[in-house]
Amino acid sequence: MSLFDLKLQDIHNRLTNKELSVSDLVDASLARIQAVDGKVGAFMRVDEEGARAAARRLDDKLASGEKRGLLFGLPAGIKDNIVTEGLITTCASKLLANYVPIYDATVMQKLKAADTVTIGKLNMDEFAMGGSNENSAYQLTRNPWNTEHVPGGSSGGSAAAVAAGEVYFALGSDTGGSIRQPAAYCGVVGLKPTYGLVSRYGLVAFASSLDQIGPLTKNVEDAAYVLQSIAGYDRFDSTSANVDIPDYVSALNGDVKGLKIGVPKEYMGEGIDPSVKEAVQNALKTFESLGATWEEISMPHTEYAIAAYYIIASSEASSNLARFDGIRYGVRSPNAGNLLEVFEKSRSEGFGPEVKRRIMLGTYALSSGYYDAYYLKAQKVRTLVKQDFDRAFEQYDVIIGPTAPTPAFKIGSKIHDPLTMYLNDICTIPVNLAGVPAISVPCGQADGLPIGLQIIGKAFDESTVLRVAHAFERSTEYHKFRPSL
Amino acid sequence: MTATQSKYETVIGLEVHVELHTRTKIFCGCSTSFGAPPNTHTCPVCLGHPGVLPVLNRQAVEYAMKAAMALNCEIATDAKFDRKNYFYPDSPKAYQISQYDQPIGQNGWIDIEVNGETKRIGITRVHLEEDAGKLTHVDGGIASLVDFNRVGTPLIEIVSEPDIRSPEEARLYLEKLRAIMLYCEVSDVKMEEGSLRCDANISLRPYGQEKFGTRTELKNMNSFRSVQRGLEYEEWRQADILDSGGEVVQETRRYDDETGKTYSMRGKEESHDYRYFPDPDLVRLHIDDEWKARVRASIPELPDLRKARYVQEYGLPSYDAEVITASKQLADFFEDSLNYTKDAKAVSNWIMGDLLGYLNANNLEFSQVKVTGQGLGEMIGLIEKGTISGKIAKTVFKEMLETGKSPQGIVEEKGLVQINDEGAIKAVVEKVVASNPQSVADFKAGKEKAIGFLVGQVMKETKGKANPGLVNKLIVDAINSL
Repeated sequence: MSLFDLKLQDIHNRLTNKELSVSDLVDASLARIQAVDGKVGAFMRVDEEGARAAARRLDDKLASGEKRGLLFGLPAGIKDNIVTEGLITTCASKLLANYVPIYDATVMQKLKAADTVTIGKLNMDEFAMGGSNENSAYQLTRNPWNTEHVPGGSSGGSAAAVAAGEVYFALGSDTGGSIRQPAAYCGVVGLKPTYGLVSRYGLVAFASSLDQIGPLTKNVEDAAYVLQSIAGYDRFDSTSANVDIPDYVSALNGDVKGLKIGVPKEYMGEGIDPSVKEAVQNALKTFESLGATWEEISMPHTEYAIAAYYIIASSEASSNLARFDGIRYGVRSPNAGNLLEVFEKSRSEGFGPEVKRRIMLGTYALSSGYYDAYYLKAQKVRTLVKQDFDRAFEQYDVIIGPTAPTPAFKIGSKIHDPLTMYLNDICTIPVNLAGVPAISVPCGQADGLPIGLQIIGKAFDESTVLRVAHAFERSTEYHKFRPSL
Repeated sequence: MTATQSKYETVIGLEVHVELHTRTKIFCGCSTSFGAPPNTHTCPVCLGHPGVLPVLNRQAVEYAMKAAMALNCEIATDAKFDRKNYFYPDSPKAYQISQYDQPIGQNGWIDIEVNGETKRIGITRVHLEEDAGKLTHVDGGIASLVDFNRVGTPLIEIVSEPDIRSPEEARLYLEKLRAIMLYCEVSDVKMEEGSLRCDANISLRPYGQEKFGTRTELKNMNSFRSVQRGLEYEEWRQADILDSGGEVVQETRRYDDETGKTYSMRGKEESHDYRYFPDPDLVRLHIDDEWKARVRASIPELPDLRKARYVQEYGLPSYDAEVITASKQLADFFEDSLNYTKDAKAVSNWIMGDLLGYLNANNLEFSQVKVTGQGLGEMIGLIEKGTISGKIAKTVFKEMLETGKSPQGIVEEKGLVQINDEGAIKAVVEKVVASNPQSVADFKAGKEKAIGFLVGQVMKETKGKANPGLVNKLIVDAINSL
């Protein structure tokens, strides 16, 4: 059993009893990366020096008996679109190959305050655009369960690193499913919080109105601990919500008696793999056995959500990514002879094909004469999708369905067919459009690949989402499965 | 040029940008102060680093509201911010955060005085946005330097209706606008420092035609005077084209202060599609009645009202009242003086004459001279009491402008007290009368002017300190008693 399979409380007890040091935890992380990351490819950069220095500081703190942070000593992997002061942050793009951030994201400040150790930066789809990590400009990340398969994306590095036992937990970001889908593919827990619960300051923006940072962990309790540490109002993010943060861990009481579950038929229809349907149906039986009830419901605007999402997200991205112009930071094309060429060549040489596709899509959608037909219409659809959720939550405590239509697909099987790739987000995208929280927890396996169950809650009701996920986890064994690498 | 003016009506609309002098930038905590070394007032937010987010400066919103209210605008209850997308090295995010379709203020107006008549110029909108950085192009075109100190300075853009009918009206509009901004204390509105910038749209149409002619947009005018000159040139250029049967091309033209001419910059087809959309990083701005009322209460009496009051209350000529109230500082000085003297007209005369004359001659601003309202008021009191003559007062006033000393102090220090002693003056008068028989004869022969020379001689002998009224009387007495 790996050190990282210990529960957080066990690790902290061992630290207190001097049976374990933070340096031991960091060594374990670095050794595991050394051993398996050649196969997995989750890490883009390992900050060995920084991690060891942080471990020494924390061991000193341990010895001094000072008050310890909630996540004391835990080795963390950070998705490469979260800026880390002094540590190169590329968003898996060639354009930012040399970008050393001059500040820390709010979540990084919070993790530091919680006494975690940053091990390094994790691979992703370039600028978080993609669902397989195949859009990274640098490397492939492979699914630890079957290295012929993708880990999902865009937080594929984060999910793979946790699944492979390389770190205790990881942070990812979720714009249309980018935490939940790779969590499902890699058999780990992934939580997308309510929009506004976790500060976006320092998250390199893909689609500002949809992006949220969240944890990827091996179990629900750890997700609750990490969320506790990163949630909360931030005056540097105008869209962050000024709400009271409850005690998420104490909400995990295992009780789902009388819980009312809605299961949207649109999430279980055409295109959903039979193995996934079966796993979800089994999960519903588990909930029944725990005293919950479920009913099929309809979320009628689901089918329009993908189109609306790709217009809204791409429109925002086309503007958000405009700052990468080769002028102030990042890679400037050496082939540019004048100003216009600096813009054109830096961007055309620096961005990968999927990023360019979305910038073009978004630029088109915002153009004069098309704005009303595309962007404005998409915003109206977004409102309708949100109303689907509002209506459902009038009657049900949570909405449950699959996280992704299939288990992880083979590397190379969809990359040349962007539309099929986009449709893969059917179950996750509506959640981002509505801004509500959702978690993916392992609920089965097919051909040795994990399947994820998605539990969606009301806005700012992470406590319920976590409680329900935790109750399910306690009644099942899937979260204990480990890939053999 | 004069011939064409009778044929065409000129239509002008102005777009004015005013920098709001908040302490910090509109979306981050960096200082907005002018003149710091390049790129020292910057941070990740205003440099547009990856991951940063804007946070709206409340003071900037209040200044914008205040300015919009002073321009008689309706203030929005719900406003929002939009992104204006364009690539240029002075724009770190490659978009400017501005307001597209829900500006802070709309439907306002400014009154200007044209040939003694009041004319109302409509204001379409006032919106809040962020300033760009400053580019300096190195000679020879080998490089351009960019300074991001200015980026993120809050700006309001004030768009007028096409109600302006001459280049002179354009200048008067700008002068009034500037005065209002100064009264509100939201900006120092210095065109040379770029805290007020103006672009102008101008077109011509035959008198009586309702449809506007094709317009051109003028840029790069660096003073109110050059706005007027640029428009005059463009008025002439367009009239010339129309006269010769040509068509004005819709384009942006650059004004060159050296030549006084305008030159084509870019055509309509090169105009940008800015792809405005609501900025998802900022929440909508809700301005409730309580907030509006609080800002409205902070607006002082504005120049038009103040001017009317000066004419009515103090009987000042309209022109004098206009000049004095054009600057809040000057008007405040005027009113401060009245705490020390009742003679408002005298105060006005000293301001209009000696004070403004001195400023003009020395190319100074009012804030650069040291005189106080108390000083001027007390000096007028000294004249009234006969302590000093009006002529001596001119010397005293100049000293006050330069040193800020009190008039009594100056008078005592320099021994400028007026001689009112009849006996002392009489002695000098008799001497002067005796030694200038020709002038005496001239006076007697009816040349009234001759007395002026004699008075001058007495003043010269007394170093200007003799009471001039007394001198005059004593000379007449002396001659009559010859």
